[in-house]
Amino acid sequence: MNTLTSRLSQASKHQLFWPVVVLVGLLAVNALYRPSFLGVEMKDGHLYGSLIDIVRLSAPLILVAVGMTLVIATGGIDLSVGSVASISGAIACLHISQQPDQNALSVVLVALALGIGLSLVAGTWNGMLVAGIGIQPIIATLILMVAGRGLAQLITSGQIITINSSPYRTIGVGYWLTLPVSIFIAIAVVALVSVVTRRTALGVIIEAVGGNAEASRLAGIRSRRIILLVYVICGVCAGLAGFMLTADVSSANGNAVGLWVELDAILAVVIGGTALSGGRFSLSGTVLGALIIQTLTTTVYAMNITPQTSLLFKALVVIAVCLIQAPAFRAKFTRRRPAAPLPPPQATASGQDQKVEVPA
Amino acid sequence: MVESQPVLTMTAISKSFPGVQALNDVGLRLFPGEVHGLMGENGAGKSTLIKVLTGVYSHDSGTIGLAGQTVRFGAPMQAIAAGISTVYQEVNLVPNLSVAENIFIGREPRIASLIDWRRMRRAARHLVERLELDVDVTAPLGSCSLAVQQMIAIARAIDIKAQVLVLDEPTSSLDTTEVEQLFRIMRQLRGEGIAILFVTHFLDQVYAIADRVTVLRNGRLVGEYMTSELPQLALVEKMIGKELEALESLEDQPKRALAAIEASTAVIEASSIGRKGSVAPFSLTIHQGEVVGLAGLLGSGRTEVARLLFGADRADSGQLTMQGNPAPIHNPVDAIDRGIAFCSENRRTEGLVGELSVRENIILALQATRGWTKPVPRRRQDELVAKYISALDIRPGDPEMPVRNLSGGNQQKVLLARWLITEPRLLILDEPTRGIDIGAKTEIQRLVMQLSDGGMAVLFISAELEEVLRLSHKIAVMRDRHLVAELANDDSVDAEHVMAAIASGASS
Repeated sequence: MNTLTSRLSQASKHQLFWPVVVLVGLLAVNALYRPSFLGVEMKDGHLYGSLIDIVRLSAPLILVAVGMTLVIATGGIDLSVGSVASISGAIACLHISQQPDQNALSVVLVALALGIGLSLVAGTWNGMLVAGIGIQPIIATLILMVAGRGLAQLITSGQIITINSSPYRTIGVGYWLTLPVSIFIAIAVVALVSVVTRRTALGVIIEAVGGNAEASRLAGIRSRRIILLVYVICGVCAGLAGFMLTADVSSANGNAVGLWVELDAILAVVIGGTALSGGRFSLSGTVLGALIIQTLTTTVYAMNITPQTSLLFKALVVIAVCLIQAPAFRAKFTRRRPAAPLPPPQATASGQDQKVEVPA
Repeated sequence: MVESQPVLTMTAISKSFPGVQALNDVGLRLFPGEVHGLMGENGAGKSTLIKVLTGVYSHDSGTIGLAGQTVRFGAPMQAIAAGISTVYQEVNLVPNLSVAENIFIGREPRIASLIDWRRMRRAARHLVERLELDVDVTAPLGSCSLAVQQMIAIARAIDIKAQVLVLDEPTSSLDTTEVEQLFRIMRQLRGEGIAILFVTHFLDQVYAIADRVTVLRNGRLVGEYMTSELPQLALVEKMIGKELEALESLEDQPKRALAAIEASTAVIEASSIGRKGSVAPFSLTIHQGEVVGLAGLLGSGRTEVARLLFGADRADSGQLTMQGNPAPIHNPVDAIDRGIAFCSENRRTEGLVGELSVRENIILALQATRGWTKPVPRRRQDELVAKYISALDIRPGDPEMPVRNLSGGNQQKVLLARWLITEPRLLILDEPTRGIDIGAKTEIQRLVMQLSDGGMAVLFISAELEEVLRLSHKIAVMRDRHLVAELANDDSVDAEHVMAAIASGASS
């Protein structure tokens, strides 16, 4: 038993080794450029600092990416998360804006329920298209990605809805126990999804479906239900992210909330070591991936890189990150210089070797 | 047949892949104006030989002579240019382009650099008429039946001034009338002097159309024969070969008492279960504690029978009865609920999830029946997995190792373990001993005997007659997708009988 558990922890360490290296590397670059970067100070009972900001800002991305991880593990993809976030934020803000007392807790709770309700519907819609009708995930969710933006604008009547509700604002910028509330929400969701997938058999069944759909069918797995479920979970996660994104600015802009977040989420999942072809997934890897992406975004701002070149800069770093993580690439590098230490064998390789061969 | 100079001679062809000698000193002769059957079981080297001939693979040694000249093709396009056209099993055409476009794709008639549509359609129409097909050449290919698509592929092949036409299992997806239509065209082309190499699993078809056959076995040439001089039974023996020799040397196994078994309750009764294009309606009863062997050549429909019983494919006729009650099985979930387990012959694609661990793979079917909300407790998992790792001697015995790192025999045992922990009433084993070493093989055979002694019903599918004869109480014989005979495996039955049933379908 002892060797078994130690081997397990060893393997998981290996799997997250490179994402951690990348994250630490990014932080180090920032710290060198601006030594105050790593500083955290206490003001009015709240902790402030770049590191806290990075975690706070990555909270919505973590939520979206966690849901995305499960979808990708089944071999699917969900492009509609940004739109779903926008819909959910819009309906919540709309409800609050129509009430006489925007600060009442009951008003905010109803608003949240409405948002989650719509996210459930959106997730079910995606799941039905993929599992029920059998449309390819990328096409099925593209529908809601496009239509969802329209839906969000219908909800807001094409306006930017501004609200003045301190309970709702708390979700985005509030503090609790010296830390931003959004961090706690993200931690809670990650913990909940981890428990649901790893303490039940959901995780391994998702991995079986993504790893070999036909074998899973012949083993008696009702994969349609599982696939429906992961899209619903993904929808709800996106909906929660929508609350954060709108609460942050106390307004809902149907056009802008969660724009392109699906791309960052997919990237976070891939950086975290879950293959786009499905199968084994790693929630902790995804969280690291989301943190890496947010750190990168913060770095771009902190280094005063001009807006014109920032996207290009980000892209180059992402390419570098993906290459560093790819065992095939590292192998090439080490082969040219045989004296260099070899990358950790087996465990890393098995966890990540499919990542470079992303199927179309 | 007029004996003339062969248009194609392949001499002493050898080809090896890492770890496998796919072809060993194989020869083939094709004469103009003949249909030549290439026969052999799967893995005999037929496809490799064809791929060497058509330039997909390059051979390690040997020579290919075409019309008196030595040739060597580095790419398929070179073979086509030299007059060797191939029509593969799966139609390699574009369903949403028109018939005419498909025939001329890649070599469209042109005016300057623009396609000359009128000339293309005229030529296509001409070609189609030559094959006596009634097809609108402007219609999309996808709107034609599979047989017609197949013939369009042939039309395309022969229009490239072919001297040699290779048909790789062209009839596997065709029904009887469509096969007849194909044969008519083959006879016509033979009359025009084209040499046709015809690869098929169907014995009847070889005798219906081929003038001469070449038989391969385990990558070696068995011989070249005139079909008119080779009885069907002799052909089967030549194809199976080695097993027969081994069989003759095998000491007599005590035959297992069938009468007692037949008296016990039936676990499953299939009556007229069938699926169009897959397997003709068949009836089969399997009793408690009975091992039914399913024999037949590869491609005869053995796997299809298993898939129907398990619900992996949906039957479109007949009904299943289990322990006296009607038991409709529409999908694997139904089957598993009713106590049926199925080890697929394709371990990698239909059995195991490669990146999951041995433990996770073993637990998968049991977990699936419980649903994801009720996980098998981890301690119970470890117990079960440890028990079966030692009972089946799975090596290495590390339950957390990804299953893809195991050898074939051990993977097979993992798959067996997965189903044994569900405690099935009927265990369907499709080629459980193929591609695994002799030690694992005998262990699995012993296990099957133990299980049936314990009351489990087993449907045992194998290409090796020796195994089937050793293990089965009863042998069902498949031939050309029909269940043609059911033989009680008593002292009167030996390999000859089964072979005769495979060859001719006569139940003696």
